[in-house]
This record gives sequence, C-alpha cells and structure tokens, in this order.
Amino acid sequence: MNGASLLDFARGPAFEAALAIMTFGIAWRLAGIFALARSVDRSEPRSRFSGLRGLRIILSRSWPRAEFRERVLEWDIVGYLFHIGYAVAFLGYAPHILLIRNLFGLRWPGLPGGIIAFAAGVSAASLLALLGHRLSSPVLRQLSNFDDYFTWLVTFAPLVTGLMAYYGIGADFQLMLGLHIFSADILFVWLPFGKLMHVILLVFSRGTTGAAYGRRGAPV
Amino acid sequence: MSATTIDTATGPGKLEPSAGRQGTFPDAKRLEYAMTSFLQDLGATAALYLEACVHCGQCAEACHYYVQTGDPKYTPIWKIEPLKKAYKRHVGPFSFFYRLLGLKKAVTLAELESWQELIYDSCTMCGRCALVCPMGIDIPSLVLAARHGMQAAGLVPRDLWEPTDRANREGSPLGATKEVLKERIAWVSDEHSVEIPLDRDRADVLVTVSSVEIMKYPTSLAAIAKVMRHVGASWTFRSDGYEATNFGLLAGDRKGQRDATMRLINAAIAVNAKVVILPECGHAYQALRWVGANVYGKALPFRVLHISEFLAQEIRAGRLTLKTDPRSMTFHDPCQVARRGGVSGAPREIFRALGADLREMSRTPGLNWCCGGGGGVITVHHADPLRYRVFHLKMQQVEETGADVLVSSCSNCRLTFDDGQAHFHWDKTAQSLLEIVANNLAETH
Repeated sequence: MNGASLLDFARGPAFEAALAIMTFGIAWRLAGIFALARSVDRSEPRSRFSGLRGLRIILSRSWPRAEFRERVLEWDIVGYLFHIGYAVAFLGYAPHILLIRNLFGLRWPGLPGGIIAFAAGVSAASLLALLGHRLSSPVLRQLSNFDDYFTWLVTFAPLVTGLMAYYGIGADFQLMLGLHIFSADILFVWLPFGKLMHVILLVFSRGTTGAAYGRRGAPV
Repeated sequence: MSATTIDTATGPGKLEPSAGRQGTFPDAKRLEYAMTSFLQDLGATAALYLEACVHCGQCAEACHYYVQTGDPKYTPIWKIEPLKKAYKRHVGPFSFFYRLLGLKKAVTLAELESWQELIYDSCTMCGRCALVCPMGIDIPSLVLAARHGMQAAGLVPRDLWEPTDRANREGSPLGATKEVLKERIAWVSDEHSVEIPLDRDRADVLVTVSSVEIMKYPTSLAAIAKVMRHVGASWTFRSDGYEATNFGLLAGDRKGQRDATMRLINAAIAVNAKVVILPECGHAYQALRWVGANVYGKALPFRVLHISEFLAQEIRAGRLTLKTDPRSMTFHDPCQVARRGGVSGAPREIFRALGADLREMSRTPGLNWCCGGGGGVITVHHADPLRYRVFHLKMQQVEETGADVLVSSCSNCRLTFDDGQAHFHWDKTAQSLLEIVANNLAETH
C-alpha cells in the first residue's frame, strides 16, 4: 500500500467505519451502564434544591481543592497541558475544522500553523511526561493495565504523525498524512472501549456524586 | 508526592492476626455468596463509578493510609479491586468479551481473603478520596459494597465481627443491654441530679445513644438530660430503641444494619416522636439520617437530627442560651457527620454561641483528616500499629491549630483520640461538644 492509497483508505472507508464503531460503541457502553438497576433515595434532602446545587461539581472538580493541591497539583497541571494542547491542535487546525464543517456544518476560524505545532508539541511532551510518571510511580504502576498503555499509544500516535506530516519528517507527505489520519481512526475506534470514554462518563460520574452529596448538604 | 514516613509502629498494638472467617460453610459457597452480594450492589451507580476510573492515582494522595506509609496497596480505588474485577467479568457492557477471551479471571477466595485488610483494616470510609477524584467517584460507597460481599462470605475480621454479632444477638455491640442502660440511667440521674426519662409512652423527641457513651462516657447521658431540661423539651429514651450505633453498617451486614435501624424507627413511631436525635456518633448519623428511609422503604415519619443540629436549632430558636467559654478551641469534624453527612455549619453556630475562639483545621469545614478509628477500624486490634500511624497525622493537624481545647462530636472519634493520646503520651484530650454545651448552660430557668 503506497501513500496515496493509504490516505484514501484512511480518510475514506476507514474513517467512516471508525465513526460508526465509535458511535455504536459509545451507545452500547452507556446503555450497558444505565440499563442496570438504580436505587431510589428516599431520605429527606437537606433542602429543596440541595441535590441540584451539588451539580456544580461538574465544573468545580476540574481543579483540586486547596486541601489537596500540595500533593496533586503539579501532575494536574501536566495533565492540563496535555489536554489543552491536544484540544488546540485538534480544534484549531484549519484542515481539522474543514473536516468538522463537512461532518456537522460547524465552523470557526483556524489558528496559524506555528501555534498548532507548538500546542501539539507541548501536548506530546506532556504525554511523554505522564507516561514516565505512570511507569515510575508505584501507585500508578499498580493500577495500570493494558487499557492505560494502549490508550496512551493511540492518543500519542496522531500527535506525532501530525507533527511529522506538518514538518515533512520521515516519509513522503501523503504517506505521513495517511498514517496520521489512520492513527486518528484507531483513536476513534478505541474511544468507547477503554479509558478515553472518560470524556463522556466524566459528566455522569461527577453529576451522580454531586447530586448525592448535594442532597446531603455535604461538600462536593 | 513524597509520602511521610514516621516510626510509630512500636506501640502496644497487638500484632497477632485475628481469625477472619465466620461460619463453617465450604469455600465454594463463600465465594458464591460474595459474588451474589457483589452483583446485588453493582447497579447503575456503582457501574458508572467503576467504568469512569482513569487510574490517575490521585485518591492515594487524599488517603491517610497511603500518605503515612507510602505503600501503594493503600490506594483507595485499589482496595475494591475484587469488586471491580467481578464487575468487569460479570456485569459491565463488555463482560461477555472479558469472559469469552479470558481477559478478566474470576475472583478467587484467596483474593478476597488477602483483600480483607484493605477493605476493613485500612479504610475508615472517611471519604477524602471521593473529594479529590477528578471523576467524582464515591469510593466509600464501593468499599461498602465490597464489605457486603465480604460479610456474605463470612470474611469479616474477627474483632469487628464479634461486636457486630453481639449487636445482632443483644441489641448492642458493646454489651450496653437494656438492663445496663437502665442501671446507667439510674446512676447518672442520681449522680448528676437530673431526671432522665426512660420509656415514656409519648414524647416529641426520642433521644438515642451510642453504646460507647453508655459504657465509656456515661456523663453524656447527663449532658443531654440537662440540655433537654434547659430547653423544656418533651423527650424520652426508649429501652426498645436506644442504641444508635450500627455495627451491621460497618461490617457490611445488611440484615444486622436493617434490624438496628428498624428498632429505632419502631421506637420513634411508638412514642409518636416528631424528632429523633442521634448521639455524638458518626456512622449512627449515616445509618439513620441518610440510609434509614431506604431501609424503611418510604420517607421517615419524623425528622432525624444529629445532636449538634439539635443544639444549633435550639440556639437559633432562643431556647438554648449559653454562658461564654472563650477558650481557643479546634473542632474535629467527624467524617460521617460532616464530610459525608453534610453537618458542618451546626457545630460552628454552637462555637459562636459559646463565644469560643475557634481555630479551624482545614480551609473547608469537614475536610480535616480522619481520626483513623471510623468504619469499625478501631475495633480491629491487629490493625492498631497502622491506625497509630494515621492518628499521628491527625495529631499534627490538631497541634498546628495551636488551640488549647480539642472538641469533637463523635464518641467513636473520642475513643480513638483517647487511645491515641495514651499511645503517644499526648497532652490533648478530646472533649465532647455536647458536654461543653451542657457545662455552659446559662441559668435562665
């Protein structure tokens, strides 16, 4: 398979299949969770809207409480660098915006290539640091399984191949671009099956706890 | 992220392991019972939590056991690994593939037994981990589900099972039977010259008590009686529903928990109580205030108040007036009352009414370190050396406030403080908030 045919495959049938699998997988996983029994809490709420007030956790939990910062903030910041860099590179790059416009009809102005490359570079460097942390921290090593490392790989691959295509490193442009898009296809396929699903579950898990704690008037 | 290590494991902790098995049923049955119980608790909420974990490890940084030892096995989410494994293999959306491809092995009895120390000895279900988790996972609720499974399998540490079993048989985990209660009430009533009503047919307020108070801190019975006399309440203790501690909840014994809760509910209904006051006991508040209605199957026909909520309510209403106690005080928020129960404002209203110089331990009320004795851990004696290590953290937090007086509103915390004080030859004795109030009642009547 040469560069041109890989590119055609990656942005043609592979991309369509990836989106289909991702959509079906997300629906399957959510249905598998929410079809399970849910108990009704009959306790008298602390106050009438206290459960709703607890939902502020959905935003507030994005930054650690003062009591925990000393022990967790530095790696939270690295995590944020990775996520923000990734989001800027994904949502700010003109060809990506074109793709999104074709799919959903939404559009916004793109950022200069240099900024995209910088964001992707920061994101990739942060990911490498996070992998190093996972491998060196006894707590993280103990918790980690195939999902953690495979997810890291499929997240890292589009960044690196994107940067290589942008700077013309490695293979010819068409092949690099084909590899870049194909790696993104794999990312989309994997999303519902591993920890990447947190992008969707985050709101539900925080919201569930927020509503329960809020009902009690407990700090969230 | 360095873990503080201190050499405190040389105290009088009893090092011989307790037998951790109950019943005589075969191993295969134990495992089957554990799995059945796990599956019963693995509903949508638990599933969501187990699916959402991203293995970030931050929960370890909020856990006093990990912070004090640096041992990764104390990572909170790791403590429920068998439950998670059972979920992935039998319940989750991809469980079919996990089984088909052998990606998740079945949980074994040996695993459950080796996890016993993580599920019971080294988790007070204090809930700090739930407040650091970026995904908002309520890990203590998963630990409770794990305990349900362990109890069903007969795998509760002996030291915790014994008082649980005793509570199931006698109505009280520490031998505070009806007869003992009656004797104590007669003695305390005489000693403190205060009437303590028992078994009235009708009362607006049913007051309950912790067996720790009956057996170790009986002065608290006089304290509540003096407060109730001061505010002019219609109240009673009931010998058919006095014990608010709930060891069934701690051990993971669903039936024992339900029976203990129903005794209180039935007693309250029998006297037509409008309010049930729970004593200075953390998990008692959880068991009735937040779980009681779910055990009962419908809304409770009375209000449930922690004693600190009642005191604050009476201060607000102008019925409870206090003399000034201007000493510098720090307040240990009991985890199950404040962090997990939502009562942190009431004690502070009381300190304001006392005119005390309150020095907080944490920026957010309720986020202080756990004393290390909750969740039944104080009963598990082979875990004493570990408990002293986490208590050291609590002790440091208290000392950093510079306050002269340490106050709490949980008799189990108080017991843990007394034990830790003796172990470390510390000069601080934990005081009861209720007793401070009772000692400072203004002479208005």
